[in-house]
Order: sequence, then C-alpha cells, then structure tokens
Amino acid sequence: MACQCATTADDAKFPPDLVSFIDDWKVKPGCLIMILHKTQETFGFISRASAEQISAMTGISLARIYGVITFYHFFKTAKPGKYKTSVCLGTACYLKGGGDLIEEARSILGIAPDEVTPDGLFSIDEVRCVGCCGLAPVMVVANETYGKLTKDKLSGIFDTYREKG
Amino acid sequence: MGFTLEELRKFRAEKKAEFRNLPGRTHYILTCGGTACQSNKGEELFNALNDEAKKQGLADKVQIVRTGCFGFCEKGPIVKVLPENNFYVEVKPEDAAEIIDVNVKQGKELTRLEFKRPDGTPEPKAAKGGGHAELPPIGFYQKQVRVVLRNCGVINPEDINEYIANDGYLGLEKVLFEWSQEKIIEEMKASGMRGRGGAGFPTWLKWDFARKAPGDVKYVICNADEGDPGAYMDRSTVEGDPHSVIEGMITAGKAIGSHQGFVYIRAEYPLAVHRLEIALKQAQENGFLGKDILGSGFDFDIEIRLGAGAFVCGEETALIQSIEGNRGMPTPKPPFPANKGLWQKPTIINNVETLANIPVITAKGGAWLAAMGTEKSKGTKVFALTGKVQNSGLVEVPMGTTLREIIFEIGGGIKNGRKFKGVQTGGPSGGILTEQFLDTPIDFDSLTANGSMMGSGGMIVMDEDDCVVDVARFYMDFCVDESCGKCSPCRIGTTQILKLLEKITNGNGEESDIEKLDRIGKAMAKASLCALGQTAANPTVSTIKNFKDEYLEHIKDKKCRAGKCKKLLSYAIDLEACIGCSLCAKKCPGECITQLPDVPAGKKKAPFVIDASKCLKCGECFNCCKFKAVVRV
Repeated sequence: MACQCATTADDAKFPPDLVSFIDDWKVKPGCLIMILHKTQETFGFISRASAEQISAMTGISLARIYGVITFYHFFKTAKPGKYKTSVCLGTACYLKGGGDLIEEARSILGIAPDEVTPDGLFSIDEVRCVGCCGLAPVMVVANETYGKLTKDKLSGIFDTYREKG
Repeated sequence: MGFTLEELRKFRAEKKAEFRNLPGRTHYILTCGGTACQSNKGEELFNALNDEAKKQGLADKVQIVRTGCFGFCEKGPIVKVLPENNFYVEVKPEDAAEIIDVNVKQGKELTRLEFKRPDGTPEPKAAKGGGHAELPPIGFYQKQVRVVLRNCGVINPEDINEYIANDGYLGLEKVLFEWSQEKIIEEMKASGMRGRGGAGFPTWLKWDFARKAPGDVKYVICNADEGDPGAYMDRSTVEGDPHSVIEGMITAGKAIGSHQGFVYIRAEYPLAVHRLEIALKQAQENGFLGKDILGSGFDFDIEIRLGAGAFVCGEETALIQSIEGNRGMPTPKPPFPANKGLWQKPTIINNVETLANIPVITAKGGAWLAAMGTEKSKGTKVFALTGKVQNSGLVEVPMGTTLREIIFEIGGGIKNGRKFKGVQTGGPSGGILTEQFLDTPIDFDSLTANGSMMGSGGMIVMDEDDCVVDVARFYMDFCVDESCGKCSPCRIGTTQILKLLEKITNGNGEESDIEKLDRIGKAMAKASLCALGQTAANPTVSTIKNFKDEYLEHIKDKKCRAGKCKKLLSYAIDLEACIGCSLCAKKCPGECITQLPDVPAGKKKAPFVIDASKCLKCGECFNCCKFKAVVRV
C-alpha cells in the first residue's frame, strides 16, 4: 500500500496571498526561510502537507525543507494552542525565577513540553529572551507580554483567556 | 519623488527649526514606544493621551509622540513632557487625563508621577528648555553618553522627517558627494571603531578588505539577529532609530562598492521588524535608497531577511548560510566573508550598534568618536543592565567606564539590600567577573584579559542568592541547544560539560570533575570551528577560576550556599520559632508537613515538622513563613 500520510483530510489549502507571496519569492535566491515564515504566519505551524506543497511550488526538495525547518527553533511542525504561551528563559528571567514559572504554568495547565491542552487553548514554549529583560521574569500569552510575574498570578492570567474561549 | 541634495538641505533646515517648536503648540509629550514599555500598557497610554487631549480641547496645543526607548526600563512606561522637561515614571493609561490637565492645560508639574528617591524626595530634573534630548541628571543618566541611542526617546522612529531634522542623513551627504571610498575608510580608521557584535574587529579593516576584493557584486549585511539571552540593545536601536542603521548601511555600501544590503533580523522582534519596514519604505520614497541616491549616481537598496531563532546565526558564516536559505551552519574561515561571502561574493557583516555609530562618525568626523574611550577601544558601548540591580535598563557609557560606575552609580546598586556577587558579561560566550574587577575600566581587551568578553553587551548582575555553578549550567544548557552540531568539539564538548555540571549540581560531583571541565573547555576553545564552540566553555571555565570554593562546596560538602541547586537542599522547621500557624502545611503541594502531637510548654499550638523523604524541595514553605521558622539546611 502506498504511503498515505500526505493525502489526508488536512491537506494544506494555501490562501491566495500565501500563494502569491511564494510566487514572488521563489525566484529569489535564498527564499526558503522567508516562505516558511509566511507559511507559519498563515497556519501557526508548518504541517507535512504545507511542506509538500511548498516543495511542489518551489522545486526545493522536501528533505531540504525539513532540514531547514528542524534546524531553526522558530519553526513548529505541530499545531500550537490558540493562546500560544511563551515563558522567557533568557538569563535575566532565569535568575529571577523564570524556571519556576514555566514549571508552575505547565502544572496549572497539566501539559508537558510540546503538548497542547485538551481544549486546544494553550501550549507552552520556553523562549530565549523576548528582549524585555527590565521586566523579568516575563511570560507572553498570545502576543501579550506579562512582566515582573510571580507564580500566584499565573492561574488568573490563564483564566482570563479561558473565559474568552 | 526623492530629494536632491539642495532640496534635502533646505528641507532639513526647515524641519530643524520646527522640531518640537511647531507654531501654536505649547507642549510636546514623548511616550516610550519600546517593546518593554509597550507591553506595559504603553500602547494604551499613548492612545489615552491622544483621547484626553481631544476631550479637553487641547489637541492642537500638544503634540504627542511615540519615541524609542529611554533606557530606563525599570521604571517604565516613561513619559517626558516638553518644554518643561518633566520626566514621569511608571505612568499608567489612567494618568493620561491628569497629565493633560495639570501639565498641558495648567502648565504645572504633576509631582505625583515624577521620579523619586527611595526616601520619597524628588530627584533633580533637567532644566526647562534645556534641549529636547535632555534627560534628568539622575544617577541613572549622569554617567551616560548617548551616541548610539542619541535619537532613542527623542524622535518618532516612524517619521523620517524627525530623523532628518536631527541631523539625519547629514553624514551621508559627505559620503555621497565629497568623500572617496578611501576617505570614508580613513575616517573609520581615525574613529578607532571596533565591531560591537562581540569580537571587536576593527571596522575599517573589514571594510578595506571588502573594498579591495575584486568583483562588481558585493553585499552589506546588517546583523540584527540578537540572540544573546539578556541583551536587547540592537532591538531597541532598530525600534527607536532605524534610519541611523539604514544610513550606516548606505555608507558601508559606498565604502566597499556594494549596491545591495540585507538586514538579517530576528523574527522574535516583530516591533523592530515593523519599524524597519516603515523606515525602509520612507527612505525609498525620499530617495535615500534605490537608484541615484540624492542625485549622486550611487545606487543602493536594502532587503529584510528574517532569522528563525538560531543563536549560531550570529556567527558571520552561519548567518550567510541562513540568508542563502540553508541550515545556519558555519563554514571554515578562510575564505573570509570580505572575500567570499554571500553567494560567494565579497560581503561585510556589521552589527546594528556598529552601524548606528557610522552616521555620527561621518557627520562629526572620526576624531570626534576617537576622543572617547580607552586607548584601544573608542567610543561608547551600550549595555543591557539587568539581573539583581535596582535600575534595570539600557545604558550607554564611554568605553573605559568601570563596572562599579555602571552597576552602583547608574544601576543604583543591588536590589533588596543584598550583596553583590558577580556580573556576567558576554552572555553564553562570556564569563562572570567578581568584586575584585569592579574598578577595572571596561573595554574589549580588559574584559578578555579577565576571562570574559564584551560580547553584544549583556550585563547581568548577580547577588548572593544566585549560584554560579547553576548559572554555568544554565549557559551550557543553552549552548547544547544552540550548537549546530557540525563540528564535534562543540557538539560533544558542550554535552559533556553539561553532564558534568548537572552531576555537580545534583550532588554527585567528584573533585576530578573540575579538572575534566577545564580540560574539555580548553579543547573546545582550540578545536571548534566557530566562535560559538570556541567560547562556549567560557562561563564554566571563568566560574571555576573565580569561584572555585563554590564548586568545591557543591562537590565535597554537597551544599549550595545560594540555595538554588534543589537536590543539595533540604528544608527543616525550627521548632522554637514555629508558632504552629499551619500556613506552610496548607501551602505544601507534597503534603509532607504535619503537626506534632504535643503542645510544648509556653506555646499555644504544637509546631510542625517536614517529612524530608516526601519533600519536593519547592521552597513554598520557606517563602510563605512569616516567622522565619522554615530554614534551609
């Protein structure tokens, strides 16, 4: 039986602006990373189907595309939670308790690294420095930055997002 | 259509006269639009000020400007009101109405929001009408000299006119119309400028190599992939003054004969990318980029390329691989990028801070910059001062300033009255300097001589609650993650060092491990392909050198004096001090704190005890006890 992993229901459907972006860029040398950025911006992650479609559109081999995706921390191959949460573990945040924050956040939400909560709302990443060292320790939820955080504030923050659904 | 030279000069003179001096406007409110302040409700504050000005009928009297970073991130969001030069700290959106009413309408100072000393008395402020870039003469700013950050907190980074009004693109006039390539490089040499990205290579020399390299196609790359955890000066510069980076790149392009530039910038910095996109568009529309710039016949264009979160891409050859769309793995040098760089063409790569210095050098001359600094390191350096220091923030000081001045005068000393332990410079490539180096003037060479390095300028202050072994482990964990895996000294060396450090922090260390760490570190420094591997052991090696007794304590006594290494820690309750309030037992997630059956004589309640076999060592009991009855043993 032939491999069916590429032809499942979630076959990537690229919106027109992504298609035209790829068409514009694919003629430029070194375009792959910019195309991957745009794809991730569109879908939140880069699925196998997306990667295959990029390969078909650009002529870049799937192996090379995966080589690049897996090299860079920024690119994700699994769908993140709706409210993507990043806990900063840059040096300043680490010294001020960022490590405890991420442990607490994971235990509140009951998820391990690379997992998404069953309701699909949250996933937690550790990131290296979001550049707000003056506000350490810092957590970012859905692009909203929370600075000078303490562990006891975490559940309240998650609750506000949960209420939004 | 873009400017010609004459038009630009006339336009600048007009804009300069108008700058913060518009007819009919009585006040100017500058709010910080840097990432840190923006995330601290800075956006809402800016909108609230605008709404209030309209509501109170003063919209045509006051101009509200969103500027770049003031540097004083600890007390953000910052608001400055001109012409009084009132400097407000920790401003909230709710304060907008009062600022407009008291300061703009009544012309009085809103004392409630001014920056105060810890005892509540007001700090001195900058003189009224003392220039729009004036900052209050408080400890935080007094020793600072803002060259790179000259426009941050002064101009609106999203408006090219404000950059032009403040002598923007002034140096470029000379570069395009008066100076030869040799003359530009000569001025760079006279300035003594060394690359601010970390290694401190003379900028003029890099440019000269690329200028002399044969070929018609050459490239200028701006390295804005600030990956050092704990440094954010490049982000703030791009956010607060993107045109100075663009002007620096055009100058570099002319100097080496390149017509295409790339800015390689972290995707994790969306605001910086956004501001840069606006700036590039405005520069193109006004004729500073594109064909025949200002009618000089010189063509230059700039494109943005996004990084994707790989620390190693700060290394020149890895960065080039990444722009080419590959995995960011370094290649051996030589060939150096100045000869064979991007797509095998001569390429120079300069860091954001280096480039932001260029317009000042060209406008004021190399000698102006060279007058500042030490013998071999000229100009200023921006540091991201963070960690256990009173005033976290972005500080720019002349080279040769001592650590003591930076940490204790600018930074205001250690937080919460704790004791200074050390300061980490240079991030994952640097080391920790102790008290004995506090009075060493800081420059590229003095830091290297003392086992650390300048790096990109992260400066993380540690107090007695920080464990140096744990910090060394933290950086090595980072390097294991970030090693690209191409060369074995780095790939295997980082992993082995991490294992040894974990062994020590877990309480299984042996004395011979210290020597092993040192030996692996030396091998990595000699044999690794790129600077990441060559310097990855620095945090470990420097802490072994400066804090050997702490390593020995972990190994021999199985103790961590800072209480950070959890495996070496246990908690107990002082039965005398415990009043039996039960708070710790309620907080304990492991349910391992129980009450003794008997109430001792003279006490109302029986004390509690911790079952060490079940203890998770989370420290909740230690943190919550108000009677200091929980102790670390």
